[in-house]
Amino acid sequence: MSEHEHSIGFYVLILVALLILTGVTVFAARVNLHAWNPVVALAIASLKAVLVVLFFMHVKGASEKMTKVVIFSGIFFLLLLLTLTMADYGTRLWT
Amino acid sequence: MHTSPAASTEHNPALRHHFASVEQQKNSASLGMWLFLVTEIMFFGGMFCAYLIYRLAHFNDFAAASSSLNIWLGAGNTVVLLLSSLTVVLAVNSAQRGKRKLLVFYLVATIVLGVTFLGVKAKEYHDKYVEHHIPGADFNFKEEHTAGHDELPPVNQQHAQMFFSLYFVMTGMHAIHMIIGVGLFAGLAVMAWKGRYDENYNTPVENAGLYWHFVDVVWIYLFPLLYLISRHH
Repeated sequence: MSEHEHSIGFYVLILVALLILTGVTVFAARVNLHAWNPVVALAIASLKAVLVVLFFMHVKGASEKMTKVVIFSGIFFLLLLLTLTMADYGTRLWT
Repeated sequence: MHTSPAASTEHNPALRHHFASVEQQKNSASLGMWLFLVTEIMFFGGMFCAYLIYRLAHFNDFAAASSSLNIWLGAGNTVVLLLSSLTVVLAVNSAQRGKRKLLVFYLVATIVLGVTFLGVKAKEYHDKYVEHHIPGADFNFKEEHTAGHDELPPVNQQHAQMFFSLYFVMTGMHAIHMIIGVGLFAGLAVMAWKGRYDENYNTPVENAGLYWHFVDVVWIYLFPLLYLISRHH
């Protein structure tokens, strides 16, 4: 149990990191990075999601391996859905 | 796994007879919750996939429609949700330490933040109603948001309508999840006040916490995708 209980200070630190990343994503969106704008936005969103999942949802340090298998399978099938769909629609105009 | 069986757990009133130990019982509940959340990932994933297809197909129209959303209300709501994730994690922490009043306090704080989020969302929806940005017969997207950018082609009304359809479906499903979450937390707060949760039994608080964080993660992706398309003009 104790291995995935953190102090209040640690949780506040994660929150501060999430708030800073929110500020960065708003700032980055207002700078013209050309094709990199959506890449940066999604990278920051994914970093925030990882922080929430690992530390707020206690996946880091969770003793049950089966839980991790379930989470990875969920992410895997989501990426399968998105990448195969994009591979189709993204290449339809190619000649 | 590494708790000693029998003696230490035998008298725990929270332990159901078909589990070997309290830890196994907790892990099973957590695994079940995660299985549900995976179905939720695929549910929202379908909508994100539809969004990406139409965004790729009609990028300029999506960028123009997205520019009419209030970036500061969206960012403010992101901050509110992130704060609520902190109160949730502190509620779970309080439950695990058996601090009844602190648990009730953090649960109520989460409800207040959740209702704040929904209130801001309602204001944003009302703004869209006033601007005739709700898809349907009254839809009319004026190009004031892209004025001064003559290099851009005029906005296609149908494509702008497609953006707002996706906007309302995605944020609407997210808001319904928020309403359910607020309801769950209201129930938890009542039970916590009655002293149902302590060091030995707090599974409902932990699982509702997982649900709340998941809904938070969905918003973490919704905010940049819906509000922050091509904002540098």
